[in-house]
Amino acid sequence: MAVADVQEYTHLTTEEVEQLGRELDAIRAEIEESRGAADAAYINRLIKVQRTLAAAGRVALFASAHAKKAEKPGWAAGTAMLGLAKILENMEIGHNVMHGQWDWMNDPEIHSSNWEWDTAQPAEQWKHSHNYIHHQFTNVLGHDNDIGYGVLRMAREQRWHPYYLGQPVYNALLASLFQWGVALHDLDLERIRKGEKDPKEMKRQLRQIARKGRNQILKDYVVYPALSGRSWKSTIAANMTANLARNLWSYLIIFCGHFPDGAVHFTEEELEDETRAEWYLRQMLGSANFEGGRTLHIVSGSLGYQIEHHLFPDLPSNRYPEIAVRVRALCEKYDIPYTTGPLHRQYGQVLRTIMKLSLPNHLTSSDDPAPPERADTADEPSRERRRKSDAERQPRRTELGAWTRSQQERRHA
Amino acid sequence: MASGNTLTWDRFRSAGSKLTTPLHPDDYLRLLNPLWSARELRGRIEKVVPETDDAATLVIRPGWGWHYDHRPGQYVGIGVQVDGKFQWRSYSVSSPPLREGRTISITVRAMPEGLLSAHLVKGLEPGTIVRLALPEGDFVLPDPPPARMLFLVAGSGITPVMSMLRTLDRRGTMPDVVLHYSSPTPERMIFRDELAALADKHEGLTLHELHTDLDGMLDLADLEALCGNWQERETWACGPGGMLDAVEQHWEKSGLSERLHLERFSLNLGGDDGEGGTITFRNSGKKIEVDGATTVLEAGEQAGVGMPFGCRMGICHTCTVTLVSGTIRDLRSGDEFGQPNEPVQTCITAAVGDCTLDI
Repeated sequence: MAVADVQEYTHLTTEEVEQLGRELDAIRAEIEESRGAADAAYINRLIKVQRTLAAAGRVALFASAHAKKAEKPGWAAGTAMLGLAKILENMEIGHNVMHGQWDWMNDPEIHSSNWEWDTAQPAEQWKHSHNYIHHQFTNVLGHDNDIGYGVLRMAREQRWHPYYLGQPVYNALLASLFQWGVALHDLDLERIRKGEKDPKEMKRQLRQIARKGRNQILKDYVVYPALSGRSWKSTIAANMTANLARNLWSYLIIFCGHFPDGAVHFTEEELEDETRAEWYLRQMLGSANFEGGRTLHIVSGSLGYQIEHHLFPDLPSNRYPEIAVRVRALCEKYDIPYTTGPLHRQYGQVLRTIMKLSLPNHLTSSDDPAPPERADTADEPSRERRRKSDAERQPRRTELGAWTRSQQERRHA
Repeated sequence: MASGNTLTWDRFRSAGSKLTTPLHPDDYLRLLNPLWSARELRGRIEKVVPETDDAATLVIRPGWGWHYDHRPGQYVGIGVQVDGKFQWRSYSVSSPPLREGRTISITVRAMPEGLLSAHLVKGLEPGTIVRLALPEGDFVLPDPPPARMLFLVAGSGITPVMSMLRTLDRRGTMPDVVLHYSSPTPERMIFRDELAALADKHEGLTLHELHTDLDGMLDLADLEALCGNWQERETWACGPGGMLDAVEQHWEKSGLSERLHLERFSLNLGGDDGEGGTITFRNSGKKIEVDGATTVLEAGEQAGVGMPFGCRMGICHTCTVTLVSGTIRDLRSGDEFGQPNEPVQTCITAAVGDCTLDI
């Protein structure tokens, strides 16, 4: 069941929804006011740790390639440090910087307008497909391309097709090649297939991806191996392992953001005249957190606080834990579900949904959550939902926060 | 030789970016030494030299990428992190251009309402890393200097003139120079001793000190008495806005505008102008009609909106405000953009038609 009206779904009155919105606005204002030296120190320290790890990992691999004695432990340590560095860069640093979480520091070196991350997708395309399309139209069928990434069937409302029988395989492929899946995401293969994509824009995007992807491949699979002399093979294996670890980890975390049980989908009707407060409410109902210690949250890019991140995409990630306490209290106060659980359980639910939805609806049962007070809404028949073009979408909302594009990127708008 | 080395080094680093992509080797090198990066210009505070009770000279050692060949009289941008946030201001360089050595000096007076200037004068420890912007400005000493010059300065307006005088002193070619320097009291006069020494050393340099707490402000009607041939002199004026306006009018009336140079810290952005239009400041409910050369920041200031600002040259993003609707043009590149609800840098953009801003 996809929700057509978030207010009706939660059984809150208009006044209650507005009051909730005001309380969330107050949290935002308070955090914005209190951003300061400690927050700046956090991101600067993290960047320092990440770059040191990356450099140390490369040095360890180089040393292990040239010193016979330390070959195996050196390789393992180097690969682990490199993998961790890539994970930190993509998740807690790159993703968050590109949301504009650190723009308030006025530091051009840590700014959404010019951050380029260590993965195949160009930052400019990420800011469009993620910051705008996914964050604004979160979980709205036909609008949010992150529902299944155009590859998987992740909602019962998406029409079944025999193609989806292969879903477990596509899932494994997507997980292992995640950075390349993400790289192609903003291209929108579906629209290209249907011939709806502007060929000029497509060419430009492809060139951008090719340039970025080429540099990434050259670095990990040509230049560093070449520097390793006779051990070039083990360097390739190390870099491949580090990239694979990053792919699997980011896939796992990202899939736990909106696909566990409890995160609901919405139909297009929800978007009509959606107020700021209703937008907040949709973000809360459409996202799922997971539980864990501080370290787990940092290597997950703070996406264990997916709900808080979707409410305030541009507030500094190190503040999400304190925001979460308050958001959770609001959920209790207004009787709104707050979806969370241990990481393994959340992913277990995702995997089960992937398996189930590879089959037609009538063969499986729904795991959709009961609404706070079950409304008598019939299961909506599944239908084909064409992906929307930007011209058919609403323009960027202020709730998405402060990220900016570079001078060059703006030329492409 | 040195430049040859630099070139090889730059090439070496840019080759290294194959290893560090999407980052630059400098992003790693600065972890070893904060000055080893040319990505954003930076410098280290070497010394803070008190000049008066409320003014100090900051001696800064710039990092990679800096050019020491500023023209005497130009200003630089300095960005300092306060409470996690970079705040930018521009200050005239008070040191002469360097032929050797590795530092530049700026002299700053703590303004009563200026939090940042107070921080620079009192709160900056040697060793602090600051951001820098390359020298800018047309308020400069020509080379060769004119035969007869007049400097009208007040307060901290002495700093760019000091750079010019030091340059003339170092070259040993002091032409006929009259310096009229106003300050509330002798104690508040920055560089007082050095100026007196320069006036002793150089016959060509005449120094008039005016202590405005005792003797009142300079009346331009008295200029004739102070410096009989002022009309024959190339003049540089630097000081508070009110003084500059008065000087500008006076020179205009005498038909001598061409011989007058004013320091107003304004930037020539180079690109095409916008088309102008009505800019609406949504939250403050103010509106102003502007031409295409006025930046959005200037427009807001003219309309009486409390606009945030920093470097005023497009570096620091302090002035960023959300553009709700309409189109604006980047005055540096001529690019237009107008995606709704996108943050824009107001100091380097101008309106193309009507716009609404969220402030």
